[in-house]
Amino acid sequence: MADSLKLYFRYIGISIRGQMQYKASFVMSAVGQLLLTFVEFLTIWALFDRFGSLRGWTLPEVAFFYGIVHTAFSFAEGVVRGFDVFPAMVKSGDFDRMLVRPRGTLFQVASQEVQMMRIGRFIQGVAILVWSASALDVDWTAYKILFTLGAIMGGIFIFSGFFVLQATLAFWTIESLEIVNTVTYGGVESAQFPLSIYRDWFRKFFTYVIPLACVNYFPALLILGKEDPFGTSKVVMLLSPLLGFIFFFVCSKIWQFGVRRYTSTGS
Amino acid sequence: MSRITVENLVKTFRVAERQPGMWGALKGVASRKHRVIRALDGISFTLDAGELVGYIGPNGAGKSTTVKILSGILVPDSGRVEILGKVPWKDRIRYVSCIGVVFGQRTQLWWDLPVIESFDLLKDIYRVPDAAHVKTRDELIDLLNLKGFLDTPVRQLSLGQRMRCDLAASLLHEPEILFLDEPTIGLDAVSKLAVRDFIRKVNREKEVTVILTTHDMDDIETLCNRVMVIGNGRILSDGTLGDLRKRVTGERRLIVQLAEDGMDVEDKDAELVRREGNRIEFRFDPDRIPAATLISRLASKYPVRDLFVENPPIEEIIAELYNDLGSA
Amino acid sequence: MTAYTAIVSARFRMLLQYRAAAMAGVVTQVFWGLIRVMIFEAFYRSTTASQPMELMDVITYVWLGQAFLAMIPWNTDPEIRQMVRTGTVAYEMLKPVGLYNLWYARALATRTAPTLLRSIPIFVLGMLFFGMKAPESMVSTVGFAAAMAGAIILSAAISTVLNISLMWTISAEGVGRLVPAMVILFSGLAIPIPLFPDWAQKVLHVLPFAGLSDYPFRLYVGQIPPENLWMVLAHQIGWTILLAFLGKYMVSRGIKRMTVQGG
Repeated sequence: MADSLKLYFRYIGISIRGQMQYKASFVMSAVGQLLLTFVEFLTIWALFDRFGSLRGWTLPEVAFFYGIVHTAFSFAEGVVRGFDVFPAMVKSGDFDRMLVRPRGTLFQVASQEVQMMRIGRFIQGVAILVWSASALDVDWTAYKILFTLGAIMGGIFIFSGFFVLQATLAFWTIESLEIVNTVTYGGVESAQFPLSIYRDWFRKFFTYVIPLACVNYFPALLILGKEDPFGTSKVVMLLSPLLGFIFFFVCSKIWQFGVRRYTSTGS
Repeated sequence: MSRITVENLVKTFRVAERQPGMWGALKGVASRKHRVIRALDGISFTLDAGELVGYIGPNGAGKSTTVKILSGILVPDSGRVEILGKVPWKDRIRYVSCIGVVFGQRTQLWWDLPVIESFDLLKDIYRVPDAAHVKTRDELIDLLNLKGFLDTPVRQLSLGQRMRCDLAASLLHEPEILFLDEPTIGLDAVSKLAVRDFIRKVNREKEVTVILTTHDMDDIETLCNRVMVIGNGRILSDGTLGDLRKRVTGERRLIVQLAEDGMDVEDKDAELVRREGNRIEFRFDPDRIPAATLISRLASKYPVRDLFVENPPIEEIIAELYNDLGSA
Repeated sequence: MTAYTAIVSARFRMLLQYRAAAMAGVVTQVFWGLIRVMIFEAFYRSTTASQPMELMDVITYVWLGQAFLAMIPWNTDPEIRQMVRTGTVAYEMLKPVGLYNLWYARALATRTAPTLLRSIPIFVLGMLFFGMKAPESMVSTVGFAAAMAGAIILSAAISTVLNISLMWTISAEGVGRLVPAMVILFSGLAIPIPLFPDWAQKVLHVLPFAGLSDYPFRLYVGQIPPENLWMVLAHQIGWTILLAFLGKYMVSRGIKRMTVQGG
């Protein structure tokens, strides 16, 4: 286990060094990401400026939701987006190279790349999270801070699970996997706001089918001391970060299944 | 004692068929038809430790499929494989630590990294102790003459250099078995010789069992005392090169170089194969007429300047083998 | 003509091969549209104060945005990026037509073709299922069509300027990253311009981007009365001409730069 960690850090060291060779490009990408995501927050701010509140939620509250989801998502993107090239690897036969090495496949694919430019969205997410924390009328105990971090971690696992799932599809089809991007980016868009503002079917989808609610909705409700208008128990909300981790575990099992299928059909 | 046992390997593939035309494309949105290809149709053989075996056959015969199964990255439909006491695809991570693989077309190394860094990474991946790694690595660098470009990124190497690095990389963890899939493809003559030399040395001195798939018959002739020919998913021949030749044809070739041009040369026991200027190639059956007899006969009748007796080129033998079995 | 139909049908066949991609694109946009509509709905329901635009109009506006997304100049032409990177842009300069006109025509085509493909299914779905309304009146429809034509012309002009800026290689990455955010925000695609704070609206009305989508869409829903079409067109054409001047100026500087560098 320890040597796998050491090897992982070695791999990402190589990836980062490689990206730093193109410093200007990296800075541009990161700044661009930061601006792009900040514009999203500007639109939220503008809407609050005009409408005053969102179904009883205030801007700092919404900003809290926003901060958590963007922080979690950008971190997951940084670490797991290396899976994007996976379909190309399968097609070119480069995945066979990995199968010949005595290491787990998930580990090897994840180790290839750490996308530094995602730091743009990350910085913006953290900044807004911190701002909202200061603007909110919440007593920040150590417990609440830890729970917030736990929520972010859970979110990282959920989004990572998604990227892995998306790559796993490459075992079955070489065609476009845009549809999964739809769900992930759509999920991030919607999770910027409390899930309760959406229509019923949408909310249910992102709670029970895709555990997006576990990323920020449930944890935030607990921290802000609010009840879920749809009656989800406090226990479930407390456990929500853990659910994120379980989701990732399930996705990794599906990946293994995909690898088995690949070695059986050799496609 | 490393022993490779392969019994009755069968492997089929399903390939999706594209249907032609606009209507076919629309139908394709709803459903796809498949074609079944029987890549391996009952392959069996055994290898002892330290053997250097050639595995040849036309494209699509099943060579790569066999190598993939033996290296544990493909699961057969049926049949048994036991290598080093393990089943390759069942115990992947443990099994793969004991084998080395070189794919001729693709490198195992990292494209943007200097060669030496790739080696270092592999040491960590294969969990080789530092001291052992340094010793093996330096030995391989020496044998393959890699010192000059250890700090060069792999993408800047020539094909010959890259192949030598790949060979070294495949042996860093001291595997007992080495699978080489077209290692000399596209190489210049000097590199080919270096690679063959190295393979021979590794096989003799380190007792590494080698399975070599190749299209290059010179590879086979210079390295392998055992050759397996695969065609249409079946083993067509398994023995020495001499056995293979004899099996297809006992014939020999006689090449005659005349002192002067434009003469007609013929003999009742020899058949003309081709003629280029004053270089004439005959085929004859040594059972019908001994080489010595034919030679003295021709030499007494014609102004012969030089003579060679050869075996027919191995490609022609293989081609004949396929033809024979095709019509069988 | 038969050669043309052959090419189009071959292209169509190729597109149909990638069945998932064909469907996924529309699904993505519908999904996006739904999310935005729900967010607006929630905001509108949070206040009783009257707003410069009605919710129904905003909903239609959102779907129009999804339908015509491909028209917005939010990225640079990848082929031109490649040309500049490999230096083959020099060949473009050898062509008899001026570089600006050449690339303008190209931008026009790039902006029109995919727009047609994507807009139709979204229009249909939007009207049937998602609360998209028909244009306010016949006159509004005409106004909308005219403004869309103007928008495409303007969009091509903006695209061209962006593509020309690629000749300054440092900006290439920057442009590709920074511009999308600005364009989407300033053109009203994120929020209809009337919903912006008043001080922000003043600025946005001056910038060219409003003419890309905000003005045509608001003509469609009648929020801009059809009589004001001429103002919209003046804004669009005016900016197109300005950008053309800017573009041609940049081309001449760009060519000097490339020839000095050795292309």
